[in-house]
Amino acid sequence: MTAAGVIIVGAGHAGVQVAASLRQRGYEQSITLIGAEHGLPYQRPPLSKDLLTARASAEIAALRPGAFYSKHSIELRIGRRVLCIDRKARQVQLDDGERLMYMHLVLATGARPRPLPIPGGDLENVVALRTIDDALALRRRLVRGARVVIIGAGFIGLEVAAAARSLDADVTVLELAPRCMARALSEPTADHLVSCHRAAGCTIRTAVTAKHIVDDGRGRAAGVTLSDSTSLEADLVVAGVGVVPRTELAKQARLHVDDGVVVDARLATSDPAIWAIGDCCRFPLPDGRLVRLESVQNATDQARSVADAITGDAAPYVSVPWFWSDQHEQKLQIAGLLDGHDEVVLRGAPGEDGFSAFLYDGPKLVAVESINRPRDHLVARKLLAAGESPRRQDVADTEFDLKTNLLATTSR
Amino acid sequence: MPTITYISPDGDAEAVNVAVGTTIKDAAVENGIEGIVAECGGNAMCATCHVYVDPAWTDRLPRIQDVEDELLDETASPRQANSRLGCQVAVTDDLDGLVVRLPQEQE
Repeated sequence: MTAAGVIIVGAGHAGVQVAASLRQRGYEQSITLIGAEHGLPYQRPPLSKDLLTARASAEIAALRPGAFYSKHSIELRIGRRVLCIDRKARQVQLDDGERLMYMHLVLATGARPRPLPIPGGDLENVVALRTIDDALALRRRLVRGARVVIIGAGFIGLEVAAAARSLDADVTVLELAPRCMARALSEPTADHLVSCHRAAGCTIRTAVTAKHIVDDGRGRAAGVTLSDSTSLEADLVVAGVGVVPRTELAKQARLHVDDGVVVDARLATSDPAIWAIGDCCRFPLPDGRLVRLESVQNATDQARSVADAITGDAAPYVSVPWFWSDQHEQKLQIAGLLDGHDEVVLRGAPGEDGFSAFLYDGPKLVAVESINRPRDHLVARKLLAAGESPRRQDVADTEFDLKTNLLATTSR
Repeated sequence: MPTITYISPDGDAEAVNVAVGTTIKDAAVENGIEGIVAECGGNAMCATCHVYVDPAWTDRLPRIQDVEDELLDETASPRQANSRLGCQVAVTDDLDGLVVRLPQEQE
């Protein structure tokens, strides 16, 4: 039996990155990467974008080529689950009975789609989107004229809506809040995206919930009844109502869990030999707020940070969050976190050739949302990393080069 | 179909045939070439698909646009005059025989 090294639970973006980064930093002990899904670890973002429109090749993009794992002595256990952790013995037990010992255990278990809590939520053509299998099944059903009802106007819901419309399906999106993407976007940016969806022929209804999915008598959904007592016919219902972090293993092991596996600034759980990263963890921002972020950037940056910590460089995790979403021809990029913002300053205007929304919390720039303005996005990442808050009049002036704000910091 | 040759930091060369219009990054990922990470999936957000283009080819590639230029300042391995982002260069028949070198690090 190999000497204990690092065991990583979860072979998504975060898990694969930890393994790769450990080897890059010269870690020589054993690395075992355990993933419950079948097939090679793969990229998730295309599942709600190009894969649905079949613009990508039918094959999903692997996170690393197949030969990568053996080349770097990363033992990949596909289609296996970890059933429990024995913290005292520093051992995990897999679903095939095998026990593996660890020096360090990394939980990168991700999240699963939140189930629809309404009658009919489990009917045959009511689907969620998280895995490659979900995406391929969804793609087969997005045909011209299919009546698709999407519950939830967050990123998944709206990306699926865009894909479905581009395939000529008949699309209605239902959002329970007064506006779409309230959790994730400022109002001007969300409104802009919603108008693009509507211009493409998608129906979006806000302040309404799906109360009940109607069974056609044979276990398939035939329609959705809404909170305003109207109903919609449906050939397919897509649930995009968020995800729930996979914390079962952490709970069983009596680690601190609270809407995610809670970690400290170094991303260690309440057990110093166990780390948690990516969609499943709740971690402190530099200002002390605890957050759980669902993004590729968060997964991979946290993975690199834990690899640093395990190989001896345990600085607190600090990273400017960034995110992207593609909906119709709108490329949305976000830098920072919008929580607490009390003012939006626009650079350019919605309806033109791209614009950005700079979000301020008092004097401080906290986030920037860019639509088809990648240069703004890249500058924003640098500004946020440097702690710079450009003057509002400069932000609003599209002739003003925001990079001049950065020159001040390079001399520090 | 045009061919691209990827040369690893160790000097190993691997030539692959790619459909016209495929980016240097996609061709690498599709063919299992290690050394191109493409963390953002080709969305010009991360600079982990950095390549050094063989000097015989640098002038024959489409010009670097602003966003690629900015991102190239963020690469893990040093930026050189022949640095490009693999996700921003699509291979055409004119680029048949293109040679790129992979950097020591992408992250």
